[in-house]
Amino acid sequence: MADAAPPSSPTSESPAARLALIAVAVIFLGFFLFLPLIAVFTEALRNGVGAYLAAFDDPDTISAIKLTVLVAAIAVPLNLVFGLAASWAIAKFEFKGKSLLLTLIDLPFSVSPVVSGMCYVLLFGGQGYFGKWLQSHDLQIIFALPGIVLATVFVTFPFVARELIPLMQEQGTSEEEAALSLGARGFRTFWSVTLPNVRWALLYGVLLCNARAMGEFGAVSVVSGHLRGLTNTVPLQVEILYNDYNFVAAFAVASVLAGLGLVTLAIKTGLEWRYGDEISAAHRR
Amino acid sequence: MDLKIRDLHKDYGQFPALNGVSLDIRSGELIALLGPSGSGKTTLLRAIAGLEIPERGQILFGDEDALSKSVQERNVGFVFQHYALFRHMKVFDNIAFGLRVRGRARRPAEAEIAKKVRELLDLVQLSGLEARYPAQLSGGQRQRVALARALAIEPQVLLLDEPFGALDAQVRKELRRWLRAIHDETGHTTVFVTHDQDEALELADRVAVLNKGNIEQVGTPDDVYDRPETPFVYAFIGDSTSLPVTIEQGRALFEGSPLPIGAVDSPDGPSRIHIRPQDVTLANPDDAAVHGEIIGLRRSGAHRRADVCVGKARSRIEALLSPETDVSVGERVGLAFKGFAAYPQDPTPPKLGLARAA
Repeated sequence: MADAAPPSSPTSESPAARLALIAVAVIFLGFFLFLPLIAVFTEALRNGVGAYLAAFDDPDTISAIKLTVLVAAIAVPLNLVFGLAASWAIAKFEFKGKSLLLTLIDLPFSVSPVVSGMCYVLLFGGQGYFGKWLQSHDLQIIFALPGIVLATVFVTFPFVARELIPLMQEQGTSEEEAALSLGARGFRTFWSVTLPNVRWALLYGVLLCNARAMGEFGAVSVVSGHLRGLTNTVPLQVEILYNDYNFVAAFAVASVLAGLGLVTLAIKTGLEWRYGDEISAAHRR
Repeated sequence: MDLKIRDLHKDYGQFPALNGVSLDIRSGELIALLGPSGSGKTTLLRAIAGLEIPERGQILFGDEDALSKSVQERNVGFVFQHYALFRHMKVFDNIAFGLRVRGRARRPAEAEIAKKVRELLDLVQLSGLEARYPAQLSGGQRQRVALARALAIEPQVLLLDEPFGALDAQVRKELRRWLRAIHDETGHTTVFVTHDQDEALELADRVAVLNKGNIEQVGTPDDVYDRPETPFVYAFIGDSTSLPVTIEQGRALFEGSPLPIGAVDSPDGPSRIHIRPQDVTLANPDDAAVHGEIIGLRRSGAHRRADVCVGKARSRIEALLSPETDVSVGERVGLAFKGFAAYPQDPTPPKLGLARAA
């Protein structure tokens, strides 16, 4: 290849190779990310804005959106508290069973959501281990809000902790030690030193957790019972509408979820842009 | 505030980090804890601060038992090797932190805090940088912020853990002089940890030399350099090499022939004499009791260093020569010693630990 221009640095490839690699990445992104995203919105708006908006007049859809928001509003704060506590313990302290705890946190990633849903049915369902007791106390978990919340919490369990643990481990404990030596109490140290150092990762973890909580299908599908207007969340409602051949409404509701994903990304990018200095400072020493 | 440390023990799993350390630190002095990696010097410093809990022993701040107090109650200023500045706070807020976290009764008004912070910024020569984040400062500037932050709480004792360890040589020298000046100005009792003997000798009023969790010697820089009490201190402070000898009635015999170095105050039996390179001179190989072959010549600053292999065991002796000395590698030379040190029960060469393993 005598005619090829010399690469600008030892680690860079020839222009042809670079072009090919970039093309592969762009085509891949296009096919698997942009095309489906565009398709969702095109299908939703196929019959015009009027038909799109009409999809949201359906009381079942409204109730699905309300339920999804409610479930996320319960599950996300729970996992925020848990994620913070777990990552704080794992990153800043040495204790027995630490690697077991780490493995447990990853469990929801490795277990199929459907399986986790089945487990809750097995435990709390009418024929389940605690079914009799729950019925006799007039408590309903499966096919009701508590079951949906439980399934969602389980599935979104790792998101906050997984964002925080690597960052906290990298940051070490010396800033906390400095705060203590300056007279700060434990809570003050956590609030003024530990928490601010991870706030962007925490926010990012919460955003991901929220997106997943609203979008979870498998586990929720098993425990919800698909009662229209009662226990259907947005993803379940999309499936029902699609199965009813109501494509415009299905894609319209799906576009809400897709829009949520885009908003999540937009917020994240906006924060990085707005607080770029502090974010990069948090990643340097 | 004088500090008394009595018989302090701390174990990390199997090996002892502190093995019964006792040390008196005088009020207002600047004392260095010097030793190789793993000698326990940082553990000792952290135990004084309350960041490590010793298993046994006593730490007294004046007459008060420090071990019964938490790290917050001890009121110590701690400066970390890697600064440990609060990365999300500006310089100003870093320095103000220790005052702002005080309970309402002891917390100064915000105007007073601001005044104090400005004074400290002035002291550490960083006025004008209060609105920067730590990431926007150089290493030397960060370390000075860390010191100002520690001084803000008016600590009873100032503790510095390898304060200049992460800085390059020029900045180190400058900060060394500057720290000495700050110490003289503020008069805090100051303990600092270092593995750098030059730093310890140049900066400290007294030096405590640690090895394997024990204090080997405490004394002024002159004491530890000129009158080392143990073979370890002799070998660790300054350069030296050693020669296996047999002591017989106050005379040192090297492979059967007596060394012309005068009386050796050691019991009879196998021993070593330790010699500093500057105390070695070249002599005629045919007359000298110790002779050998030059196996290496290196230029070192204003001098030339020669490695000479002597005797049947081919012990290495280092000599500091003037650069004009006309010798070459492979040449046979005799060695004479202007000075030496000998210690009882000292048959094997000293191990200097991880930092100076050679």
